[in-house]
Amino acid sequence: MVKQIVFGFILGVTLGVFGYTAWRIRQYFRLTKPYATGNWGKRLKMLATVGMGQTKILRQPVAGVMHALVFWGFLVITIGSLEMVIDGFWGTHRIMQGLGMVYPVVVGSGDLFAGLVLVLIAAFLFRRLFMKIKRFYGAEMKPVSKIDAYAALGIIFLLMVSLLGLNTAWNQINSNSYSHWLPVSSLLAPLFANLSGSALHTWHEVFWWMHIVLIFIFANLLPYSKHFHVFTSLPNVLLSRLEPLGKLDHMPDMEKEVRMMMNPDQAFATTQAEAAPSRFGVKDVTDITWKSYLDSLACTECGRCTAVCPANLTGKKLSPRKIMMDTRARMKEKGGSLFRMGSDYSDGRSLIGDYITPEELWACTTCNACAMECPVNINQPSLIVAMRRYLALEEAAVPASLATMLANIENNGAPWQYPAEEREKWMNELTHT
Amino acid sequence: MDTKQYKVTLMRDAAAAGHQPHYLLWIGCAGAFDRRYQKVAQAFAKILIHAGVDFACLGSEETCTGDPARRAGNEMLFQMQALQVIETFKTYNISRIITICPHCFNTFKNEYPDLGGSYEVIHHSQMLQNLMAEGKLKVDPEVFAQRKVTFHDPCYLGRANDEYAAPRAVLNQTGITISEMPRNRSRALCCGAGGAQMFKEAEPGTKEVYAERTEEALATGASVIATACPFCMTMITDGLKRESKDEEVENLDIAEIVARALGI
Repeated sequence: MVKQIVFGFILGVTLGVFGYTAWRIRQYFRLTKPYATGNWGKRLKMLATVGMGQTKILRQPVAGVMHALVFWGFLVITIGSLEMVIDGFWGTHRIMQGLGMVYPVVVGSGDLFAGLVLVLIAAFLFRRLFMKIKRFYGAEMKPVSKIDAYAALGIIFLLMVSLLGLNTAWNQINSNSYSHWLPVSSLLAPLFANLSGSALHTWHEVFWWMHIVLIFIFANLLPYSKHFHVFTSLPNVLLSRLEPLGKLDHMPDMEKEVRMMMNPDQAFATTQAEAAPSRFGVKDVTDITWKSYLDSLACTECGRCTAVCPANLTGKKLSPRKIMMDTRARMKEKGGSLFRMGSDYSDGRSLIGDYITPEELWACTTCNACAMECPVNINQPSLIVAMRRYLALEEAAVPASLATMLANIENNGAPWQYPAEEREKWMNELTHT
Repeated sequence: MDTKQYKVTLMRDAAAAGHQPHYLLWIGCAGAFDRRYQKVAQAFAKILIHAGVDFACLGSEETCTGDPARRAGNEMLFQMQALQVIETFKTYNISRIITICPHCFNTFKNEYPDLGGSYEVIHHSQMLQNLMAEGKLKVDPEVFAQRKVTFHDPCYLGRANDEYAAPRAVLNQTGITISEMPRNRSRALCCGAGGAQMFKEAEPGTKEVYAERTEEALATGASVIATACPFCMTMITDGLKRESKDEEVENLDIAEIVARALGI
C-alpha cells in the first residue's frame, strides 16, 4: 500500500511536469503559421518505412543498424515499462502475465533487447568519447549538445542495467524457473547466486524503483534536450512534406498580388476585401509553419545534413543543422518572452540577423542533400528559401550579383543580358553549317 | 561527317501552317545564350529530327521560367514569369514539354501546377531513353567503347525529381559502362550552381564546390565527364580548366554523347 501511494505520488508529479511542458510547447506551436496535411495513406506508408523501418538512418549502415536496433528495442521495452506503471499504480505484480502465451514473448524480447541496447549504448559512448566522428563537431556544437548526448546515453545505459538487474532478481527469486524466457538475464544468474532470499527481494525492489524513476526522469528531461527527438521524430515523419524535394512551397498570397497587378480590373472585384499578409517570407520564428517548428524539435543534431552540405563541406558558414538548432533556440527565447510580457512584446531580435546570418542563407545551393539524408525527414531547404524570400521581398537585400540577374529577367526575360531575338541563333547555325 | 540540314520548326510557323506539333522543345536560357550549351541544344535537336520526332520550339517567344528568381527569394518575379509562360503555352495549346535543363524541368513539372499550368514534362535524358527503347536511335557502341566515362547527377534531376535511371540507361545504351564517383545518385555532390548560385560569387570558404566535385570526377580516371544540366556543365568545365585538364578530359552532355554515337 505504501509502495502504491509513493508510486502514485511520483507518477502524479511526472505527469504534472510533463503536462506543463506539453502545454508550454503547445503555446509555442500556436505562434506558428499553417501547414497543409492530408493524404494520410501516403503518410502512414512514410511512417512505416522511414519511421518504423528506419530506412533513412540505414543509409549509413553501421551507425544506422546500431540506431535501428536501439529504436526497435525501445519499442519492445516500452511494453514492459507500461506493465511497470500499471503494477505500480494498482499494486499488482507483472500484470501482463495474464496475457498467457504472449507474455514470455514480451518479457523475452524485452530482455534480449535490453542486453543488445546496453551493448550498443556502450558502443555509442565509446564512439563519442574516443572516435573523432567529424559530424559531431562544428561551430554550432556547443558544450550543451555534448552534455545532452552523454546524459541521454548515460540514462539509457542505467535503464538497461536496472532492467536486466530486475529480470535477473525476479528469475532468481523464482529459482531461475524463467531462465528459458530470458536470454540475457539467465546468463547473469550466477551474479545473484549467493544472495539470501531477503537480499534478493531488496535488490528486486531497488532495480524496479531505479528503472521506473529513471524512466520518469528521462521523460521529463527529454523535452528540454535535443533528445526530445524520442517523442517528436515519429510525428515528424508522419507529417513529412510529401512533394518532390525540388518543389518549393507555393505562396498563394503572392499569387493574389501578382494576378491583381497583371489584371487589375478582374482581380479588384474578387480580392478587394482580403487584407495583404503581414509579411512575405520568414524573418522570425512566428513566421514559420508549425511543421518547420516540429522539424526543429525532431532534430537530434546528428549532423548527417551538415556532413553532406556542399556549402559546409567547402568551408562556408551554412550548416543545415544549425538552421534547425537556431530555430528551436529562438522559439524558446521568443515564445518564452511573449508569455511573460504579453503578445505585443517585442524583444527587438529575430531569427534572421540575431541567429542566422544572410551569409549562411545565400550559401545554400538548394541541392537537397540535407533533406535527402535527414533520418526523420526534416526539410531544411524550405525554411532556408522562406528566409531568402523575406530578404528578397521585404528587404530587397539580395547579393548584388543576384540583383543583376533579377534585373535581367525583368528587363529581357533571361538571367543574362541578351535580347530575346538571339534565342533563335543556335537553330539558325544548325541549318547554315 | 554528317552534312544533312537540320531545320528546327518554330511554334509560330507551325501554328501559321495549321499544324499542332506533338512536343514543345523548351530550350531554356542556357541553351539559347550560353555558347557551350548551344551545342547541346543543337545536338539534342538533331537527335529529335533524326528520330523523326514531331516537335517545335518557341524561339524568341521563350522567356525565363522564373526558377532562378524563385530560388533567389523573389517570388513575385517568379510568378510573373510563370504566368507569362503559362499564357504562351495556352496560346499554342502546349501539353507536352521536353526540356534540356533540369531546373526548367523541375519548375514546369512541380511548380507551375500551383499556378494553373499542368503539363507532361520530359527531361531530355528521359526522351533519349524512350527513343532508344523504341529503337529509333541506332547508336554505334564502338564510338565510346575505349573511353572511360563518369556521370555527374544534376541535383534537380536526381534528388529533386528522383530520376537517376534515365541518364544512366542512355549511357549504357551507347555502349558505356559508367565509372561511378563515390558520391553518386541520391548521394551525389552538387556542382555548386543550384539555388541561383550560378549567378553569384560563392560565399567565403575554403574551396569552391565545383572544384571539390571535379576532383572527385577526375579521381575516377574518366576521360569524359557526362552531365545532363547546363549549370552543371558550366561548373564542371570551370573545374576542368582550374585543374588544367580541359584538354585531356571532355565534359559532354548525354545528348552530345548520343549524337556522336549516332554520327550526326
